[in-house]
Amino acid sequence: MSDMSSAVVEKYHNDFLKEVEANVEEGEWVRMCMQCGVCSGSCPLGPHWAHPPQEIFMMIRAGKREEVLTSDSMWMCTSCYNCIVRCPRGLPITHIMHGLAHYAHVLDLAPKNQPTRRFSKMFWDNITKNGRANELKLGLSLYFKDGFGPGVKEALKNKALGQAMMKTKRMNPMEFFGGHGVKDKSGLHAMLEKAREIEEAKLKRPAN
Amino acid sequence: MADEKLPVEKKIGAYICKGCGLGERLEGAQLSMIAEREAKANVVREHDFLCSEDGVKMIQDDIDNEGVNRIAICACSRRAKTDAFNFEGVAIARGNLREGVIWARPDTDEARETTEEMAADYVRMAVWEVKFMTPPSSNPEAKCTPDILVVGGGVSGLTAALEAARAGYPVTVVEKSGHLGGHVADSWKRIPDRAPYTDPVDTGLDELIAACEAHDKITIHLNAKLTKTAGAPGQFQADISVESGPTVTASFGAIVQASGYDDYDANQLPDLGYGKSPDVVTQQELEALARAADGGAIKRPSDGKEVKSVAFVQCAGQRSEKEGQLPYCSGHCCMTSIKQAMYFKDQNPDIDTNILYRDLRTPGSGGEDFYRSGQDKEVTFTKACVDGVEAAGDGLHVKFKDLILDEDSEEVVDLVVLAVGQVPNSGVDIDAVAIEEEEEEGEAGEEGASPANEVHVSVESILNLDYRQGPDLPQLVYGFPDSHFICFPYETRRTGIYASGPVRRPMDIVSAREDATGAALKAIQAVENAAKGRAAHPRSGDLSYPSFRKEGCTQCKRCTVECPFGAINEDEERYPVFNESRCRRCGTCMGACPVRVISFDNYSVDSVGQALKNIDIPDEFEEKPRILVLACENDAYPALDMAGMNKIEYSAFARIIPVRCLGSVNLIWITDALNSGYDGVILMGCQKGENYQCHFVRGSEIAHQRMSKVDDTLQSLSLEPERVATYEIAITDIQRAPQLINDMAETIEKIGMSPFKF
Ligand code: SF4
Ligand code: SF4
Ligand code: SF4
Repeated sequence: MSDMSSAVVEKYHNDFLKEVEANVEEGEWVRMCMQCGVCSGSCPLGPHWAHPPQEIFMMIRAGKREEVLTSDSMWMCTSCYNCIVRCPRGLPITHIMHGLAHYAHVLDLAPKNQPTRRFSKMFWDNITKNGRANELKLGLSLYFKDGFGPGVKEALKNKALGQAMMKTKRMNPMEFFGGHGVKDKSGLHAMLEKAREIEEAKLKRPAN
Repeated sequence: MADEKLPVEKKIGAYICKGCGLGERLEGAQLSMIAEREAKANVVREHDFLCSEDGVKMIQDDIDNEGVNRIAICACSRRAKTDAFNFEGVAIARGNLREGVIWARPDTDEARETTEEMAADYVRMAVWEVKFMTPPSSNPEAKCTPDILVVGGGVSGLTAALEAARAGYPVTVVEKSGHLGGHVADSWKRIPDRAPYTDPVDTGLDELIAACEAHDKITIHLNAKLTKTAGAPGQFQADISVESGPTVTASFGAIVQASGYDDYDANQLPDLGYGKSPDVVTQQELEALARAADGGAIKRPSDGKEVKSVAFVQCAGQRSEKEGQLPYCSGHCCMTSIKQAMYFKDQNPDIDTNILYRDLRTPGSGGEDFYRSGQDKEVTFTKACVDGVEAAGDGLHVKFKDLILDEDSEEVVDLVVLAVGQVPNSGVDIDAVAIEEEEEEGEAGEEGASPANEVHVSVESILNLDYRQGPDLPQLVYGFPDSHFICFPYETRRTGIYASGPVRRPMDIVSAREDATGAALKAIQAVENAAKGRAAHPRSGDLSYPSFRKEGCTQCKRCTVECPFGAINEDEERYPVFNESRCRRCGTCMGACPVRVISFDNYSVDSVGQALKNIDIPDEFEEKPRILVLACENDAYPALDMAGMNKIEYSAFARIIPVRCLGSVNLIWITDALNSGYDGVILMGCQKGENYQCHFVRGSEIAHQRMSKVDDTLQSLSLEPERVATYEIAITDIQRAPQLINDMAETIEKIGMSPFKF
């Protein structure tokens, strides 16, 4: 995959667009964007992004592969679906944003410390471990994501809330030790590994 | 002067309607008395419901049994009930008591007196007007050839020919080149005009040519030109000269000018690489490459290499303010580039195609679908401003600013296609020639004084019209010889000659076919109207035509110069010669004539002059001013009618007379009005100038020019200049038009009554 993370594409030629179409969920829609800008204008977070959706689509067509895949813009999407509802061309923009983020992650071009990426990864690791989400551990790893000191501080801040949740049986401290899970964990892991293999095999390399 | 034209017996019938609330608001008996005693109508009748079958029959009976030949209908506006009040063989005037009086005035006791006075005046005006009208009959000399001449054998010309021929009219096509089909003959495919609008389709030219050649009503002359076109609708005489062949003269009823366009000269665009690299081509040149490829891979001109990447530069030398470039949009070229990008994509989807546009314009019902289809085929669309094209190494470097990404960029491609615009083949710009001539006359002797940078292109005339105003169609804008793109397409300022296809406005094949069908229909109308001696648009069906009293004419030439339609030629003695089938009946000539010798049967200096002079003018001390409003019948008069319908009140002192066009207003009417004691005069015409709305193109403009001289008249009478005002009114000005009348009433209150009341 290292060759894919550093592929060179011709500007304004279809190379990168075709790569996106092949590898990104709903990527075949990118060509249909007519650059009206309605999505960027509708996105509640658009003004804070380096590249709002409309621009991302043009960048793809302009062959700005590296800029797109290393951008943190699509990681900022909150899935509010405003853009999808409004796009006159019917592009599933939200899905494309997530698809792009995922593809950038697979190629490991996505920014390392992008918080959404980190949280998604945390969540994935948490849920795939036992086949069930371990909320206690997920919460704790979130508190301690920036180190021990800030973690303790963060945990103390939410002490009352945590105790209340335990009292009402919304949280089980015993989960800390392993926690509940599916019956056939190794089967699950084998299945996920297979899925990953299939996905990777499907990845299409850029033309050159 | 009109008297001599009147038949011995003129019998006037005045009919007063009491329906629509008129009976309740107005004193019918009083109005009848005025019609009879004052205005001297021979027969006067009231009716409760004049437009009813019974009312109409009453009038018809008088026409049949009493010999009434001039009727004054004092009821609703002349724009209402035209079907009911449509009597053959008589002159008709209308007194507008409904929209113009009771609907425009409040129903109150205080208002009653002035409202009644208003109605009485409209009765007087109608009777006096009709007294000076003659029942119009078409010119007995009207004759007509049904043949239609089509100038140009491209898609528009051939389509017009086929449509007219299929409708039963013999058609002659004159084509200057040796083959039919024009630019389309060199084209590969065209933009689709049917759902699903996804792919380029066959041009259909071969079938069109075959159909024309096979049609027994169509005669085609190749390598031929018009060396002279004389006459008028119904009886044009055209000299058709065939290269190294004979010149034949033939008669035609109407002409369709489909002389097409030339591509803008791409050599003027060296920045875009044209002329520097053979791989920079125009859209038309790409058509040729596509034809040569015949469905296979398109090869670039320089070395025959198969094109793997192509960039389309939109608006090349168009929509530009740069000197020597086209200021307008040719309308079709965005779609044409999409079509051409598909030539590549359909053949090989891996070819990179990039359309660099400033604004992508895809007009027409299928435009958006076709654009979408282009995107679906992975044509890249880039909103960009192209700075230049340079040849370097094996490719062309297209440098541009990406307007979405807001950065300078560059793409390397095998081929660049320039979307250059269409330049109409409209012949000689007669207005420019006229101005030049004037200047030459002005600077006689100073030869060679014209500035060096001025380009004098000698353009060959297309029609070689034997018209006093010049050999070709007057141009509207940018060289396109239309007269109003939106309100009356195809109508040029030469009646019976219709422009069609890209010579009228830039367009593609599909629009050209539609256009040609429209123009063919117009030509057929012109033939039929000419045969019956009737006017064409916008006074369609009017039988009257201008005639002039030769003895009075001073050969001043004003009418021949001012006629917006070039209807008037000059004879050897320099007297005007009216070609009534060229005439649109605007009356501009009548307004122009300083000795007032031009008139129509149903519209003359007298018919209006007598109406305006014969109202009742109360003396100065009654404090009842009179305001004359001369309102254009196309826009201002309907606006005032609609004001009445909407119960928008205006001053009871206004007396409104519809005129055919402000251009028909003769200054004598203003002088007469002021001399008779009117306190103010308002002229309401259509918008003039570049975005004119005047139905006769130049009438309103000419009137405004004439009125700028009215100050002299006012001065000689020692009257204030505020007493005469000229306005441009749109049909939608239903609030403003009444307001202007009220403003004049206020002005008069300020400056006082006119001293000319006797
Ligand atoms: S779904 Fe995502 S990209 Fe679309 S408007 Fe919402 S936040 Fe923006
Ligand atoms: S709203 Fe749709 S068509 Fe418009 S810019 Fe966004 S993605 Fe493109
Ligand atoms: S009426 Fe109008 S068109 Fe006719 S001759 Fe006079 S000015 Fe020309």
